[in-house]
Amino acid sequence: MSLWSWPSNLFFVLGIPALQETIQLDEAGMVEALQRGDEAVFSAVMEAYSGSLLRLAMSFVPSRAVAEEVVQETWMGVLEGIGRFEGRSSFKTWLFRILTNRAKTRGTRERRYEPFGLPGSDSDGDDGPSLEDSLFVTEGSGKGHWADPPQGWEPDTPERALLGKECRLAIEQAIGGLPDNQRQVITLRDVEGVSAEEVCNILTISETNQRVLLHRARTKVRRVLDPYVRGEQS
Amino acid sequence: MAMDRNFKQQLMAYMAGNFSCREVAALITDYLEGTFTLSQRLRFQMHMGLCMACRNYLRQMKYTVATLRQLPTEPVPPEVKKALMKRFQAWKHEQSSQSSSPDL
Ligand SMILES: [Zn+2]
Repeated sequence: MSLWSWPSNLFFVLGIPALQETIQLDEAGMVEALQRGDEAVFSAVMEAYSGSLLRLAMSFVPSRAVAEEVVQETWMGVLEGIGRFEGRSSFKTWLFRILTNRAKTRGTRERRYEPFGLPGSDSDGDDGPSLEDSLFVTEGSGKGHWADPPQGWEPDTPERALLGKECRLAIEQAIGGLPDNQRQVITLRDVEGVSAEEVCNILTISETNQRVLLHRARTKVRRVLDPYVRGEQS
Repeated sequence: MAMDRNFKQQLMAYMAGNFSCREVAALITDYLEGTFTLSQRLRFQMHMGLCMACRNYLRQMKYTVATLRQLPTEPVPPEVKKALMKRFQAWKHEQSSQSSSPDL
């Protein structure tokens, strides 16, 4: 769990235990503090975002060790570039873009191994429709209808479900088994909650492509989640 | 009751236009991402109104997205944090020596 909570996009609450106080800053204030070299703010921002950066880095590079290096390089990039940051994008988007650029450089330098996990997934990610097709009747009078009609999931919201550790691991594994480009899109759009437009911007892909990749990734994660949520019913 | 069901099926086929459940499932992300035209949205919602299975599927997809949003991130390992703070201090030192040194 992250030590730091981010109550909204509008302002951050940076808890600085060493100072025994809570500093409230909006994003402009935070950027300005970083530009001045405020150590406490850098420390808090770094703690707040490193986990997200690591998760994204893992979708580009072959190993956790390399991903950790990329995260460190990203923070160096932040220090180099913060003086020129003008707030044309959100700080978070800017951060993810720095990471993406660094990770891509690393990714091409170092040979990727094939992601393990879901059988039949290939690195082009062109395996989407087959999974969805399997949910439907393909022949006869029932063609186009659900083969096994989806049931309601209870409870209705994940807030109440408090996902168990096993389920979380299964989701993480499902994400880890996705083709790279699907993994990058679902990580940014759904896990991090970045807007679709900014996802396209960060990954330099078209909006249509972004949605296709997102759809395939979500379809797979939904399937992995299904037995866990159904299991909680009984 | 039998007539009711028959009527409902006919109404559904009529109102849902040519959206099959298969097509609804394929378009669900486009719908959730808000890229539909008004007429597409109406047809989609019409199908939803009449088809419990697709309604459940839509809820499951929304649930999936909400679940993903809640995945916890790892804390920064202490040694990484230490290394980064060292580099921050070096950067800060460099900054201040640059700004305080006179232009030569
Ligand atoms: Zn349907």
